[in-house]
Amino acid sequence: MITTIMSWTAVVVLLITSTGLLLYRDWRWGIGFLAAQYAGVFWLVLQHWAFGMAAAKLVGGWMATASLTITLLNLSARQELIEKYWTQGRAFRLFMVGMAALLAIAAAPRVEEILPGTGIAVAVGGILLTAMGLLQLGMTTQVLRVILGLLTTLSGFEILYAAMEGSILVAALLVVVNLGLGLVGAYLLTVSSEEKTA
Amino acid sequence: MSAPLLWIFLPFVIGGLSLFVTRERWATMIGGVTAIVLTGAALIVPIDEALSFGSFSIKVASSFQILGRNLTLDSSEAPLLAILFGVAALWFVGAEAVGVARRLTPFGLMIISLLVASIAVQPFLYAALLIELSVLVAVPLLSPSDQTPSRGVIRFLIYQSLGMPFILIAGWLSVGVEASPGDLTLTIQSSLMLGLGFAFLFAIFPLYNWIPLLMEESSPYIVGFLLWLLPIVTSILGMSFLDRYAWLRTSAQVVGALRVAGLLMVVTGGIWTAFQRHLGRMMAFAAVAETGFILLSLSLDPTIGLPIAFLLLIPRGLGLAVWALSLSILDSNTESLRFSSVQGMVRTYPVATTGLILSALSTAGFPLLAGFPPRLALWSGLAQRSLSTGFLLLIGIVGLAVGAVRTLAVMVMADENTAWASKESWAQRGMLGIGMMGLFILGLFPQAANPILDKLPLMFQHLGH
Repeated sequence: MITTIMSWTAVVVLLITSTGLLLYRDWRWGIGFLAAQYAGVFWLVLQHWAFGMAAAKLVGGWMATASLTITLLNLSARQELIEKYWTQGRAFRLFMVGMAALLAIAAAPRVEEILPGTGIAVAVGGILLTAMGLLQLGMTTQVLRVILGLLTTLSGFEILYAAMEGSILVAALLVVVNLGLGLVGAYLLTVSSEEKTA
Repeated sequence: MSAPLLWIFLPFVIGGLSLFVTRERWATMIGGVTAIVLTGAALIVPIDEALSFGSFSIKVASSFQILGRNLTLDSSEAPLLAILFGVAALWFVGAEAVGVARRLTPFGLMIISLLVASIAVQPFLYAALLIELSVLVAVPLLSPSDQTPSRGVIRFLIYQSLGMPFILIAGWLSVGVEASPGDLTLTIQSSLMLGLGFAFLFAIFPLYNWIPLLMEESSPYIVGFLLWLLPIVTSILGMSFLDRYAWLRTSAQVVGALRVAGLLMVVTGGIWTAFQRHLGRMMAFAAVAETGFILLSLSLDPTIGLPIAFLLLIPRGLGLAVWALSLSILDSNTESLRFSSVQGMVRTYPVATTGLILSALSTAGFPLLAGFPPRLALWSGLAQRSLSTGFLLLIGIVGLAVGAVRTLAVMVMADENTAWASKESWAQRGMLGIGMMGLFILGLFPQAANPILDKLPLMFQHLGH
């Protein structure tokens, strides 16, 4: 019972963080939401994987977040990185969040049918994050937002895939992919900022 | 000593270390020598058999265990390794001629290692993860530190990254379909996931818009390298799926989907090539059509289609290398690769222009050039099954040929008073000369590659027999 409540709490955390990632204006909030999101992912992955493997995912995610944070801290010392205006179409974005949440709730029983034992909360969390990540990717070409979108989509997929596959090699490779995305994001952010300051 | 250590870890480490090399010449030497040595090793060193030198003998084991899974490269994969590293050697050596060796050698070696690992990993489904890692390594290669990341790079990253989850889920679902072949819903879901995954990885219409963008915004040579390498390894992954799952191999719908996707790529790639006014975009759409040829060959009966797919590999690598090298030479000596900027350049860059035209004609399947034998075989195979498919293929090929002829027309449109000169460096002339000779040799004597190509189908347990 407590596990179920905790899982649904994690889903709520994921809904809040992924919505925050879609609406943030100051990058500090974006990074905070991402770090909190990995905690929710960790809890849902823990339903199927051993603590050590799930913890590796959490640490890998936080390392990716850290690499982005360090880069953004360095860049913000040189230039203003806070967006001056709220992202356009906030109402539309909130509406799309609602649609994604509805999709997740509607599709979760079917996923549970294909993957018996997944758990409805895990299925909802996985589908929700995947949908929110895709939403983010579809709305922007800004480097930071694209990387956050890819990390979110990947996290959603990882929650679902944890229920299918328990290989250590897969877990390790997924951590490396997350970390790689963080590093690629840091590189692209640095490169784009150097051009601006030059 | 094991084969994965030799062909995966060694080039990866050398690639990583060569990041610290600061001179173009040294980077070229390291990349070229590594690739040539590994090609030679793939051709000479037997895997899982003792190799004796007098009283001294070594045995290269085929498997290497990592985190509970195996990386396996057995003797049936040696010809593919020879092709991959052999063609890569051409790219690495040519890189110095256009001044990108310091970027291409380290990242290129790491990308090839990861892609070879994707061929070696057991179970093969995990290949998608390794392909994704190679995509991540490709980002700094495409976006140098002195250039703002372009839209093309961002789209490349997004599209290629989205392919991985679909392939992994499809692999898991495919096992379920194999266990219960009567479950139609599961079969549809699995096919859909697989289709989406490969649509992203192969950049199937309409998901290929990052290719022309990249060709406009990044170094043509580096984009050409990736356009050669990534679709080949994705094809091997696709063939592994067909080989592993009988329900995929025998499904008329899968064969139909492969044919439709291939035709879409050849026809749209060919038509867009015919109407471009930018040489880089022209090469991009020709590369799209090239990938379409591979998909079309996979839609044929495996006994015919698989040898054709492998026959396409070397001409594709060679053609794209000559095309990309020629474009890079022109690009570094003109404002842009638009027709208006390159008009009449045959009088100042005759060797690069010849390379450009010959590689474009080879892609269009012009007789006597490397692209002709595989296209003829493919066309014949398709026409025997459906004349309409053969006709659509013709439209694509005509589009590619029109593009080549338009390029020729623009390049020779020079002012009569412009004096003839060859401004290419000796290295550039040498590399282009070798590449063009290769295009003719493979066109005139396609059987020259048979000793290697004949053994490639043995990589697959069911498709190759």
